[in-house]
Amino acid sequence: MPPLTRPPVAVPFPGSRPSRFARVFALLFGLTAAASWWAARVDLPTLFSREAFRNALVFVADGFPPALSPTFLFFLIRPALETVQISLLGTAVALVIGFPLGILATASLAHAGPLHELDLSGRPVRRLLRFMPYGLSRALLSLFRSVPELVWALVFVRATGLGPFPGVLAIGVAYGGILGKVYSEIFEAVDPRPLEALQATGASRWGVFWYGMVPQAFPHLVSYTLYRWECAIRASAILGFVGAGGIGQQIEISMRMFNFGEVVTLIGLLVLMVAGTDALSLRLRRRVL
Amino acid sequence: MAWQAPAVRAVAGPPRAAVTTWLGWAALAGALLWSYRGTAADIGAVLGPEGLAQMAAYGRRLFPPDLSAPLLREVAIGASETFAISFLGTLLAVLIAFGLVFFASANLAFAGLLFEMERPVVRGLRLLLYGTARGLLNLLRTVPELVWAILFVFMVGLGPFPGVLALGVHTAGVLGKLFAEVLENVDPRPIEALQGTGARRLQVLAYGILPQVLPHFVSYSLYRWEVNIRVAAIMGFVGAGGLGQRIHIAISLFLEHQLLTLVLAIYALVTAVDALSALLRRRLL
Repeated sequence: MPPLTRPPVAVPFPGSRPSRFARVFALLFGLTAAASWWAARVDLPTLFSREAFRNALVFVADGFPPALSPTFLFFLIRPALETVQISLLGTAVALVIGFPLGILATASLAHAGPLHELDLSGRPVRRLLRFMPYGLSRALLSLFRSVPELVWALVFVRATGLGPFPGVLAIGVAYGGILGKVYSEIFEAVDPRPLEALQATGASRWGVFWYGMVPQAFPHLVSYTLYRWECAIRASAILGFVGAGGIGQQIEISMRMFNFGEVVTLIGLLVLMVAGTDALSLRLRRRVL
Repeated sequence: MAWQAPAVRAVAGPPRAAVTTWLGWAALAGALLWSYRGTAADIGAVLGPEGLAQMAAYGRRLFPPDLSAPLLREVAIGASETFAISFLGTLLAVLIAFGLVFFASANLAFAGLLFEMERPVVRGLRLLLYGTARGLLNLLRTVPELVWAILFVFMVGLGPFPGVLALGVHTAGVLGKLFAEVLENVDPRPIEALQGTGARRLQVLAYGILPQVLPHFVSYSLYRWEVNIRVAAIMGFVGAGGLGQRIHIAISLFLEHQLLTLVLAIYALVTAVDALSALLRRRLL
């Protein structure tokens, strides 16, 4: 882990008066919390009631020992592999969607900054033309990532039928939106000096991108994509809840049948898979960075 | 001539690394092919003329969004529930994580500067406490939100409240891990300096550690809030309130115009929370 980079904050000394911002903030925060308390119908007596306790106990008693019969474990291989497959292919689809849109959504490539000073100064129409694909791709990315994966999955289940494929598409679209946004942020954060140097040699915008931006951004792109793959494993386990394959579907089925021993086994399996992915992606990341 | 060696190596490049790199790419390609088969993926069916026509037809069926007064009222209620779930859930998570994390970071629980003078028995007890806190955080984190939600629906009944609990419990695990990483990276020098002045442990915590870590804690909490508003929007799929419940109904009953309205509401809500979080980040940090 790198050392902490944020500047430390001052802890107020006892007896010092809070600033006006602090007071307004505290007031709004308290009001929001109270309103949310009401809107979420928080019901602490029920939570701590004997019945809720008994229900939790039922789960724990049924969940242990977890289901470990060989037939069940053997049966789980397929959904587990399916989850890995969904996450891999989903991330690949996300890459295919996110990379080009991310390039278009990079302000320093599209319309702003030193690369365009000569080109665009005093030419509002051309500036607008350059801005349009940028704005459009930003809007598209934001739409892709604002609609939750689960909703995308439901839509794609409708379009292509039950099974793992709609899960792939759902992860592809939702994560495509996230990857595109983060890629554009990475591209915008590169050191601009090599870009200007390339431009001064007469390189085209593509040339500037491939030889100036990509080499600088590559490790970060790989690292973030790997991180998203880890998330995709978790997400693809959830997508099964709406019929998009993987172990999520098994969790859903076992839950509905109140077979908590199986649920515990499945969650354990998911934990193992996530840990395995984390370890693998850590190794890959070390090689790239 | 000592300078020549690195220069030559740089030009020739490490040949063994190149081979493993190629093997890595080949393995990736193989894995993707395997996934393509295993998931019964059919890109042609989606991007082919028939698939595109089908999708266009579906898209057309969504329009126009249903803007009738009763639905809008439902959307407003759902949106306020979703917001409340995300807000209270994140708040609950911060409280739980903040309570546990000081036991779950090695340098504050048993090891390092603060505990150099500790007796072995006491240290062993502290280690036990540390292990328990870590294990608890791992458990909270690894069970997905929706599974927690199903459990809490089972415990306290339908509605947004189990959503709050599910989000709070799962996010507590995530934030606990992130907070612990921050705590384990604090600069030890202020701690040492404070100890040198004779400060007690709580004073070291208040004046040596918290000032360093609080900005990171706030930043991570805001980040998780942005994640949680999205999760809160789907909690309803398992009966835990909010917009998700209405979306599930709309999809199941083929109410496409309503679906579009609901999705637009999610979009607006998510965008608003992102903006609010960015604003707070600027003001607070």
